[in-house]
Amino acid sequence: MAAKNKEPYKQSYYPPMPTGFTRYMRRSLPWQFIRFWIINYKIFKLLVKSSHD
Amino acid sequence: MARIVILGAGISGHTVARYLGRWVGKKHRVTVVSPKAKWNWIPSNVWVGCGEMTTEQVTFDLAPVYKKAGVEFLQAKAVSLHPEGSGDRPRPFVTIERTTDDGVGTGQTDDVDYDFLVNATGPKLNFDATPGLGPEKGYTVSVCTWEHAQKANQELQACIEAMKNGERRRFVVGTGHGMCTCQGAAFEYIYNVDHAVRQAGVRDKAEITWISNEYELGDFGMGGVHITRGGYVTNGKVFAESLMVERGISWITRAAVNKIEPGKIYYETLDGSEGSLDFDFSMLIPPFAGVGLKAYDKSGADITGEVFAPNGFMKVDADYKPKPYEDWSKQDWPKTYDSPKYPNVFAVGIAFAPPHPISKVMNSPKGTQISPTPPRTGMPSAAIGKTVAANIRDILNGKTTKPIHTASMAEMGAACVASTGSHIFKGSAATMTVYPVVPDYETYPEYGRDMDLTFGEVGLAGHWMKWILHYAFMYQAKLKPGWYVMPD
Repeated sequence: MAAKNKEPYKQSYYPPMPTGFTRYMRRSLPWQFIRFWIINYKIFKLLVKSSHD
Repeated sequence: MARIVILGAGISGHTVARYLGRWVGKKHRVTVVSPKAKWNWIPSNVWVGCGEMTTEQVTFDLAPVYKKAGVEFLQAKAVSLHPEGSGDRPRPFVTIERTTDDGVGTGQTDDVDYDFLVNATGPKLNFDATPGLGPEKGYTVSVCTWEHAQKANQELQACIEAMKNGERRRFVVGTGHGMCTCQGAAFEYIYNVDHAVRQAGVRDKAEITWISNEYELGDFGMGGVHITRGGYVTNGKVFAESLMVERGISWITRAAVNKIEPGKIYYETLDGSEGSLDFDFSMLIPPFAGVGLKAYDKSGADITGEVFAPNGFMKVDADYKPKPYEDWSKQDWPKTYDSPKYPNVFAVGIAFAPPHPISKVMNSPKGTQISPTPPRTGMPSAAIGKTVAANIRDILNGKTTKPIHTASMAEMGAACVASTGSHIFKGSAATMTVYPVVPDYETYPEYGRDMDLTFGEVGLAGHWMKWILHYAFMYQAKLKPGWYVMPD
């Protein structure tokens, strides 16, 4: 049976979808370990900047 | 010896209590009045609501913790404030009503004198604002309290069982009124529902829909955010929509839910149209209001309208003069959270009245306001609580006569980690931070926010952070050794 065209112009038609590589990196332990420390550092900076004591 | 009375033991009230207990508890009397016996780390209720955590993991008994800290604990709810005292009682006092039979008697009222009062009563979950909303009188569930979350999980598991038997189920998650806040909690919950049905192997039997009063997805009551991604500055809407599409979740925004019947949600949208959604399971956040405290002057005259805003939240050092959106400024937002009428009275966390929303106010052709009210999440609530505690400490110690420490929401950030799953290597999370919470176009003219500290990211790293934060905050709240060196 011939493949049917996908319905265009729906809500789900427009937002970006992660590629396979992006999804892999989201689960990659070495990469996420690095991101963990980067996110921690950014939140630490955010906390320091939020403190006015 | 002065007496500091703290009304409420949520995130902000408990923060005030633990710091004041540590800083001035040996010289002065610190009293916490809370209607509930347990402390609840509310952000983790989302996990209770889908069976990833037990209620014991997100709560603990307050009495032993306060006993250890030298803080007096009265299980009662505040009824009225008397900031000038009364005819036969010269000192300021608050009238409380006991909520437990601890030898005094449930319903027994008492007058508690104070030198400083901190109103940390949090919100009244105003389910009554929408007919049919809520787990007590309505047809929807909630994750606003641990009891509600427990019930939500029971209903969710029943749906999963039905789907395992081949039936289809429709899930609707979002906000239950045109003027809700706390979209972040619902946002996290919908991903956990999606995750739970995937884990059960029945995602193909589930239709999941988001409905909210946001103008666009990713508004979160903060007017949305801009983040830098893939070489572009893009809006959080794109980030949030991508997360929805990836999970096969559809969405309805600009909607005010106005009635719920068994299995059917009715709503109005900003363009004036009306619609309905069928559901089998629905978790909708209620709008918030003040808890309904009254205030009286020395003669007994009702001064509630002078001390509280019409929505029941307490007026503090904010600029409440009505002004158009274009003129909203960071200067409007409170810094020290003291009452303009009574400087020894403070309001922290959700209990203070914001000067205006952060998201632009929008109305439907019928005049229904359909736009989020401002969020006051865990991080700002704790920061405000600590600041108020520091000001009371310094006034008591004679270092100053008026508050000197500040914690404006226009000068502080917030982090939201929407995490799913309990497996350390198989979960996921969308991490979002924003600085400042209230846009500051004077300092950051283009987007109102610091673009380095405002970011969004998806991955395991955020999931790990959320777990660590849960256990760290529970440890800190239980006043375990070294709690005071941990960031709030």
